[in-house]
Amino acid sequence: MRNKIYPFYFALGTVGVYFIFFVVPGLMGFYYSLTDWNSYSDTITFIGLDNFKTLFSSGENYVSYIINTLNFTASTVILKTAIGLLFALILNEGIKLKGFHRVMIFMPSIVPMLVVGLIFKSILNPATGLLNEALRWMGLDFMAQKWLVDANWAFKSIIGVDTWKGAGYIMIILLAGLQSISRSYYEAAEIDGANSWHKFKYVTLPLLMPALVVTTVLNLLHGLKVFEAVYVLTNGGPGYATDVLYTAIFKEFSMGRYGVGTALSSLLFLFMTIVGYFVIRLMAREEGRDQ
Amino acid sequence: MTPKFIQKLARNGIAWLLSLVTFLPLYLIIVNSLKDQMGASSMSIALPKALHWSNYAIVVEQGKLLQSFLNSLLYAVGSTVLGIALAAIAAYIFARNQSRLNRFMYFFVILGIAMPINFVTLTKVMQFTHLINTQLGMVILLAVMSIPFSVFLIYGFVGSVPRELDEAGIVDGCSPLRLFYSIVAPLLTPVIVTVGILNFMGAWNDFVLPLYYLNDSNMWPMTLAVYNFFGRFSVNWNLVSADIVLTTLPVIIIYLLGQKYIISGMTSGSVKG
Repeated sequence: MRNKIYPFYFALGTVGVYFIFFVVPGLMGFYYSLTDWNSYSDTITFIGLDNFKTLFSSGENYVSYIINTLNFTASTVILKTAIGLLFALILNEGIKLKGFHRVMIFMPSIVPMLVVGLIFKSILNPATGLLNEALRWMGLDFMAQKWLVDANWAFKSIIGVDTWKGAGYIMIILLAGLQSISRSYYEAAEIDGANSWHKFKYVTLPLLMPALVVTTVLNLLHGLKVFEAVYVLTNGGPGYATDVLYTAIFKEFSMGRYGVGTALSSLLFLFMTIVGYFVIRLMAREEGRDQ
Repeated sequence: MTPKFIQKLARNGIAWLLSLVTFLPLYLIIVNSLKDQMGASSMSIALPKALHWSNYAIVVEQGKLLQSFLNSLLYAVGSTVLGIALAAIAAYIFARNQSRLNRFMYFFVILGIAMPINFVTLTKVMQFTHLINTQLGMVILLAVMSIPFSVFLIYGFVGSVPRELDEAGIVDGCSPLRLFYSIVAPLLTPVIVTVGILNFMGAWNDFVLPLYYLNDSNMWPMTLAVYNFFGRFSVNWNLVSADIVLTTLPVIIIYLLGQKYIISGMTSGSVKG
């Protein structure tokens, strides 16, 4: 009966195109990463694990791209969560023009990353940029840095820009989570003699956990896929200091070294699909509980 | 002056400070887009001495912006319509008919929220389907990339549409397809508006797919055009700023008009980066 009213083949077109353009390239990747596929010759030969040997050989920088990607992911997860949570707690009550501030703080998350990157290229300019100008104006000359040029600062700057763009979004999600916590819990805690720290630790944090899980997953997926922030701000420079997986893949692609690019892509695919499997299972279950 | 009052003052002060910090970079671009080349070279927060609206005219002409604007519009509208059509029907079937197969397919599709795209091998698929370097190809790719998240959001909403309506439709002799598009689909309007706005902005802001799959500059969307423009005119920050304003303006306008939908959509599903 159900199959008659809601025939499964109505969904086949959707699943079909999704499979062809999304899943098939991922699966093909595993085969092509075992070949010498490149733009210089038409023949593609099977070369076993040579591409992976290249990736992990000591003479190459690929391992540092993986480390950078993980570093970026961990840093942005922690920074955005900490900043987002801190400001969500401060702004939870007693704010006038709440709607206005919400619109403003959410704004960076809807502006294209490319545009954000270009704007910050100007702000972080060592000589004329607004940040260094402001630091000098405040007499903090020693803090002025060559933000995107100095190898010690470039990656930190990228993390900072991405945090500027993303923290507001995380804050809004956490704020929504905070507002859904009933006041009666806090009143009960007060009667039991709890101070602010106790209230935070025993009421706010546990009840905010679902929202924190969501924001962490969100930041995690975003961080592992980072591309535009790095591409626009430094394009991997200085040298290869700030290259991440997706910028490295793009460079391999531009140079026509498709085999190596695919091998890198497939590592990411395998890792994220496994992580994604557990995350999505959790999401699908949470949803089932709501209904 | 009670401590409560001071606390309230401090909270509001922080709120204003945060709003300022998020707005400052955008403000910077707006004021500098109206300066002359000298004035904009330092990208300061000072207001322009005279308003150089001509920057916009120069940018539109030099950056071939009209073409890029139409391209972006085509990609964003095309992929949004196609993506919603594909996602809505699938989400409806998955939510209404929870057979083992459908539950598996639902899970399989929303796994795409986490799965990264292998851009290198996708080239092969694009070549095989003759979609590489075509505008249709861009529309299809953007639509497909939006499917996992759209299905996830719409699926959650279909559950809130009462089944009794379906039954009434069937009693009146609706065919399965008619049941979907004339009874259920209209009731999905709120979620479809949300998904539509999110996908439109996502497609408008996308930079990576055209970077990989469009060589022809006549097919470039605004984002790629502005990046290329920056490469050519990086000393003229007044022009670059004007170009950035024109690229971002449509997204900001849509955001201001539909901010309720956007914020609720992005926070209720809250899975998209």
